[in-house]
Amino acid sequence: MTMREALNLALDQALERDERVFLIGEDIADPGASGPTAGLSSRYGTERVLDTPISEAAIVGAAIGAAMEGFRPVAEIMIMDFIGIAADQIINHAAKMRFMTGGRTTAPITVRTQIYGGLGTGATHSQSLEAWFMHIPGLKVIVPSTPRDGKGLLTSAIFDDDPCIFLETIRLQGQRGMVPVDPGFSIPLGQADVKRAGTDVTLISYGRGVVESLGAADALARQEISAEVLDLRTLVPLDTAAIIESVHRTTRAVVVHDAVQFAGPGAEIVAILQRELFDRLSAPVERVGARFVPNPAPPALESQVYPNSEKIIAAVHRTLRWKTTREGARG
Amino acid sequence: MTTEQAAGPALDVRRRLYELMTLMKAADDRLSKGIASGELQCVYWPSRGQEAIAAAVGAVLRLDDQLVTTYRGLHDLIGKGVPLVEIYGEMLGRQVGSGRGKGGTMHIAHPDSGLMMSTGIVGAGPPVAVGLAMAARRKGLDRVTVASFGDGATNTGSFHEAANMAALWDLPLVLVCQNNQYAEMTPTGHTMKIAQVADRAAGYGMPGVRVDGNDPLAVVAALEEAVERARAGAGPTLLECVTFRFRGHYFGDPMKYIPTEQMDAAIAADPLPRFRSRLLDDGVCGARELDEIETAAVSAVDEALAAVLAAPAAALDELDRDVYADPRNCPA
Repeated sequence: MTMREALNLALDQALERDERVFLIGEDIADPGASGPTAGLSSRYGTERVLDTPISEAAIVGAAIGAAMEGFRPVAEIMIMDFIGIAADQIINHAAKMRFMTGGRTTAPITVRTQIYGGLGTGATHSQSLEAWFMHIPGLKVIVPSTPRDGKGLLTSAIFDDDPCIFLETIRLQGQRGMVPVDPGFSIPLGQADVKRAGTDVTLISYGRGVVESLGAADALARQEISAEVLDLRTLVPLDTAAIIESVHRTTRAVVVHDAVQFAGPGAEIVAILQRELFDRLSAPVERVGARFVPNPAPPALESQVYPNSEKIIAAVHRTLRWKTTREGARG
Repeated sequence: MTTEQAAGPALDVRRRLYELMTLMKAADDRLSKGIASGELQCVYWPSRGQEAIAAAVGAVLRLDDQLVTTYRGLHDLIGKGVPLVEIYGEMLGRQVGSGRGKGGTMHIAHPDSGLMMSTGIVGAGPPVAVGLAMAARRKGLDRVTVASFGDGATNTGSFHEAANMAALWDLPLVLVCQNNQYAEMTPTGHTMKIAQVADRAAGYGMPGVRVDGNDPLAVVAALEEAVERARAGAGPTLLECVTFRFRGHYFGDPMKYIPTEQMDAAIAADPLPRFRSRLLDDGVCGARELDEIETAAVSAVDEALAAVLAAPAAALDELDRDVYADPRNCPA
């Protein structure tokens, strides 16, 4: 099934299984819904699949209030670029509530939102802003790359006791893959997944970057370079052990993401690698992220901004060349 | 006994209002004295002057009704019944605080009393109150949620979003605006074109009511109607209570922006001596009874403060708790 169908199934089964679950957002009820919530209001009613005014702060605030009372709200912010309107509720309220009240109140909400990009929608409908939320203690940040992971991780997020930011990617919604239909299936948050095993270099990514990394790994295999693709799946909690384990074996790493490279999630991963594996690395860790520019609307320009297989392959070659240079210098 | 019964619950409410107002004032006075002298170290956004509104909210709401307030919330917390020790304890960073001392003055919550959230962000409370009201309806409870905020909050998008949503869905919510005539350091007249905050209600399709927020009985009357309406499923009300802040935005505010005549007039309209005179004039309580109420409030505050000062400071290991449900989720 597609990612969209997998996410729909996760929401469907959560609504079916637990009365505390409800969905709230813009255009999520039928007949206006076309994304992962399509069909659900017809099945569970508009009290549990609740269309709202265009009011992002109140959507998330209302989800928080209901979550404080034991509900498991799933709020939808249609496109990630709109999340700024709701940022105060997410950052100052959902994230900090448990800490500030010593656990007396909590806000176990899930905020689903979608990363656009690649559709020519321009600078305000295309951003990957996950680094913002990684920076806020109290939030969990989840970015699936496959339909299977989408279903398993969304199920975990909904029933997790902490507020979760769940990032979908418009360009992955139509991707197909095998998905367990068992309602009991879930994937624990904080566990990375090796999407392809390799020995020469580790491509560390999440979300759409995983797809580009797998494409690069295929091409590299034809050049007899064995690339491992590690899918982080959740950025917080971050599976540091899996990152270290993989790069310890391969000794080279390239971090790939659609978020802007400068001060992006990759910077944290590079910091971890240099601290934990300084003596083990054969080359500086490379990053392939989006260019530091508001996303341009024309497709010819936009395609230059994002990571792609060519850029990843070039970065891998830089890590391989570095080894020869250094050993040459030593010799 | 017979006369008390004949006077009915109205008498009880009036006495209760004075008890609450007196306790709020005593708590503010003691805190202010302590901070000014250096005895107490904490930040504080004083509520002195706004007691009548909070007392009315406390007297009208049931224990299971819920309240969302703001950083200027000492009076609201007391009105809703949050124990003084937990309030002072939180303000002074002690383990006996409502959040074991780590949330601080602006972030006190006490769900057992129905005090669900205090926010430090102007305008952020109403959306959360919308969610609490939705939860009550989904659970089939007849409980009402009150969101309390200042005049400044009504200029935020967050307030507008929440008010529209609450009206749209006929939620059991009352929006109580404590119009203290200043948004931080800026007079209300400089921040909105309209003369009355209550006029905003028409834009959302809900009733808007403006009352003298220094008259607890006027607030009680208006609030009872709004709460009744909300409880009956008829939707929210915007209740504007006009009052004044005696100590400025934050404790220590030099208040250079408040004209002397305005402050003099506000002090002349201080809700406490005014309500005391009224209780005496109406023969509700005698002077001795009122004196006893005042003495009891001071004692209760002193007792709570002593307990707080004897309690240990927030523990260092609190840093490892409550960031996530499971502390292992924190990055190293």
